[in-house]
Amino acid sequence: MKIRNLFAAALAALSFAAVAQQPIKIGMSMPQTGALGGGGKAALLALQMWVEDVNAKGGLLGRKLQFIAYDDQTNPALVPGIYTKLLDVDKVDLLIAPYGTNVTAPIMPLVKQRDLLLMGNFSFDVNAQIKHDKWFNNAPWGAGALAWGGPFLDAGQKLGAKTIAIMAADAEFAQNLCTGARAIAKAKGLQFVYDQNYPPNSVDFSSIIRAVRAAKPDLVFICSYPAESAAIVRAVNELGVGPTVQMIGGGMVGLQFAPIMEALGPMLNGFVNYNSWVPEKTMANPAVTEFLKRYSVRAKAEKVDPLGYYLPPFNYAIGQMLEQAVTATKSIDSKVLAAYLHKTEMKTMVGNIRFDTVGEWSTPRVPQAQFRGIKGKDIEQFREAGKQVIIGPAALKTGDIIAPFDKARN
Amino acid sequence: MKRFLLGSSGVLALAASMPLVFQNEYFFFAGYVVLQLIVLATAWNILGGYAGYVNFGSGAFFAVGAYTAVALYKAFALPLGLQILAGAAAAGLLGFGVGMLTLRLRGIFFSIATIAVAIVLETVVLNWHYVGGAKGLPTLRPTETPFFASHTVYLFFVMAVIAVIAVGAARYVETSWIGRGLRAIRDNEGAAECSGVPTLKLKLGAATLSGALMGAAGAPYAQYLSFIEPTSAFSLNHAVNALAMPIIGGMGHWIGPVIGAVLLGTVQQVVTVTISSEINVLVVGVLLVVFVVAAPEGILGLFRRFFPRKK
Amino acid sequence: MPQVAHPAFLVLGAYATYLLAGYGVDPVLAGLLLTPVFFVFGLGVYQFYYSTFEGRGSDQGLRGIAFFFGVAFIVQVGLILAFGVDQRLVDASYIGTSVEIGEMRIPKRMLVAFGVALALTGSLALYLSRTFTGRAIKAVAQDEGALRLMGANPVRIKRWAFGIATATCALAGALLIIIGPVDPNLDRLYIGRTFCVVVLAGLGSMSGTLVAGLILGIAESIVLTSAGTAWAPAVAFGILLVVLGVRPAGLFGR
Repeated sequence: MKIRNLFAAALAALSFAAVAQQPIKIGMSMPQTGALGGGGKAALLALQMWVEDVNAKGGLLGRKLQFIAYDDQTNPALVPGIYTKLLDVDKVDLLIAPYGTNVTAPIMPLVKQRDLLLMGNFSFDVNAQIKHDKWFNNAPWGAGALAWGGPFLDAGQKLGAKTIAIMAADAEFAQNLCTGARAIAKAKGLQFVYDQNYPPNSVDFSSIIRAVRAAKPDLVFICSYPAESAAIVRAVNELGVGPTVQMIGGGMVGLQFAPIMEALGPMLNGFVNYNSWVPEKTMANPAVTEFLKRYSVRAKAEKVDPLGYYLPPFNYAIGQMLEQAVTATKSIDSKVLAAYLHKTEMKTMVGNIRFDTVGEWSTPRVPQAQFRGIKGKDIEQFREAGKQVIIGPAALKTGDIIAPFDKARN
Repeated sequence: MKRFLLGSSGVLALAASMPLVFQNEYFFFAGYVVLQLIVLATAWNILGGYAGYVNFGSGAFFAVGAYTAVALYKAFALPLGLQILAGAAAAGLLGFGVGMLTLRLRGIFFSIATIAVAIVLETVVLNWHYVGGAKGLPTLRPTETPFFASHTVYLFFVMAVIAVIAVGAARYVETSWIGRGLRAIRDNEGAAECSGVPTLKLKLGAATLSGALMGAAGAPYAQYLSFIEPTSAFSLNHAVNALAMPIIGGMGHWIGPVIGAVLLGTVQQVVTVTISSEINVLVVGVLLVVFVVAAPEGILGLFRRFFPRKK
Repeated sequence: MPQVAHPAFLVLGAYATYLLAGYGVDPVLAGLLLTPVFFVFGLGVYQFYYSTFEGRGSDQGLRGIAFFFGVAFIVQVGLILAFGVDQRLVDASYIGTSVEIGEMRIPKRMLVAFGVALALTGSLALYLSRTFTGRAIKAVAQDEGALRLMGANPVRIKRWAFGIATATCALAGALLIIIGPVDPNLDRLYIGRTFCVVVLAGLGSMSGTLVAGLILGIAESIVLTSAGTAWAPAVAFGILLVVLGVRPAGLFGR
């Protein structure tokens, strides 16, 4: 009898120790194939690096981290199923959103319903309607399209532009952004000469570019996803957009991914596009430089985006924010963490971040940069300053825009 | 008939008692899909198996049901029951239209026409911004569901009811004069017409019923995923599943599609959790081809071959 | 014959071209090199189809359709598993440059694709109208029994025709990837386009096919250029539905 009691006690102690030793599970889906796959893989690598770094230091609250990531193929319909599985089968403790607006939108109702913390991942205005109070985005564009579209349209206005053409993918991200850009353009008194949505996953843009050319716009604002961005740049090269165009670009996702930059090479010259981080002197930051050095070694081995400017530093920052919040509150409870994230300034390598009420950066920072002097298809040239000159906002500016577009191509 | 009623109420009681046995929400999340497949497969079989008209556009009927429900919910906040009825009605109407196509088209041309219907409708929804267009529409689930542990469990039960109704309808069609008429159409439409079978009426009826059931299966879809977007609602996977499951289970008997759906649906859910979602659709495709080639009468046929009834 | 897997073979051809182009083979040449492979593949598929369905006479309508539908689906998912859902493209000197005629710029890739397609269609038309086998292929579609009476084996003729059709997919697939990026889900769109063209033309009419192709192409690009860009995918299927409903024999059918 005694022995049995002893045995039971030992078992209980063991199982208690097991609970204490159980890892903290962090779960997410990430586009590793499909439209956003190129960027998604780079972002995933950065998060894995963070998990490894934390585990090397002994974990959080004495518990190791376990990282679970599924591929959602950039398919919004797969995402709710994956997150339900993460929560109910894998029983994860903390959630990170997949990279991208289209794949994040479907899980917003789910996390709101279950009242969970969700760390956003470069989505745009995805919380604008749902207003979940436990959502925190790592992207630097803030709420609304002003910080994003503003610098592009400001520069256009200075060039004396009167007319604008807008082409947008019929998808969550592009629609959100273009709606914002339209409002800003209207306020500036620009006249819309072409304004069309094209179906998602379009392949051939010849007809559309011909139509834009025929409309003779001064500015062309494009909201597109990676494969389409590449196809648009190609079509513009083949067909030309006409001599009237002063500036073209604005919201083209994918022109920040090294594989696409490499494939397009000099075709990019002259395009003005948004970014999150470029190697210009106004953005120099030793922490990011050090991280990118480590990152590019790993990236080469794993054959993902070798530059890693756009997403990886910000994804590592998601990890840093979780680390800071969990360590400070000694908790992994969504309510506690969200309250902390709302009231505290987060110290990350991409800068100190304060969140507004909808969980976006309260001081946004979106450089619009113009591709210049790109020769051949060598990816290393993009590491130099001066290849992506920041033309706005004023605080980050490293050069004046070259216009019209045709002149910037030579 | 009595036995069937008894059996189906047994199934429903079982579904209702599931929450007592299974605590994990994911079980209901996955079980819902299997039930939905039973409805789709049974509905497809009414037109495909009995009458021999191969419908490739099941996704369209499913999506019409889903989007009708979403639009009505957004406009009038209709309760789920009415959403399902409306979804079924709209998809039934579409089924009637597709039934009209059978007037002129047979065989492969009918099948291609159903794909065409699906893609045209998908483009319409892509451009219908009220229900989110191409970017989709997040739908908030009601926070409280009386009598049920959670909304997923509730939807699971609702789908179980729809499945029982679908199978009951298919069984009625099969065993009544309607089924005999449809089979006559499948075997030789001309001869059937000549011997006084009201072919058009029967085909229209079968197409409408088949469409309505698929629509009913689609109606709760947006609530289930808490999100709806056209590509997945119109997905080719619905069409492949709806066609493969009756063929694999056996098309001659109402239980065939149910066997096919339960078997394949469960395999798919397990594979999705353990391996990947791509492999799971591949499994369906491969099994479809294997069964069509090696066991044309499906699992039921195999069963009959190995356990012939004693006379 | 209920060949709905044809567009899937087309996409398969595009991916095969992509693989060869990876070794520095010109895409058009790669397409040509692939035609014999696809021809043999087509012969094999038909032989299998014949021995399991046609030969047995086992309710070939429904099961035959299901068979090819299943094959198409396996090809599609197989491509997704092998290559992922990412878009693939090839590189060649005539891709990305254009010929300038005054204000107009015409991409060279389009000219190349147009030329090859025209040559292919022309030679197929010649083959079908001038050679014995070609005429037999046309005949088998109309009256199998009569052909048998004339001493030709309809099964062999059909197998031959299936082989040629599949071989064409290789070259057409090469053109597809020259024109633009290819992804595994493309075949669904091409089911519509293929059948739209064929049905619009009237089955078996070669010259009709050319005209129908032109009509569809122009209709799609008008929609793309005009106000309703987002409606483009429905064009082919819309035309198809209208033609099926109004004149199932097609514009040029007898």
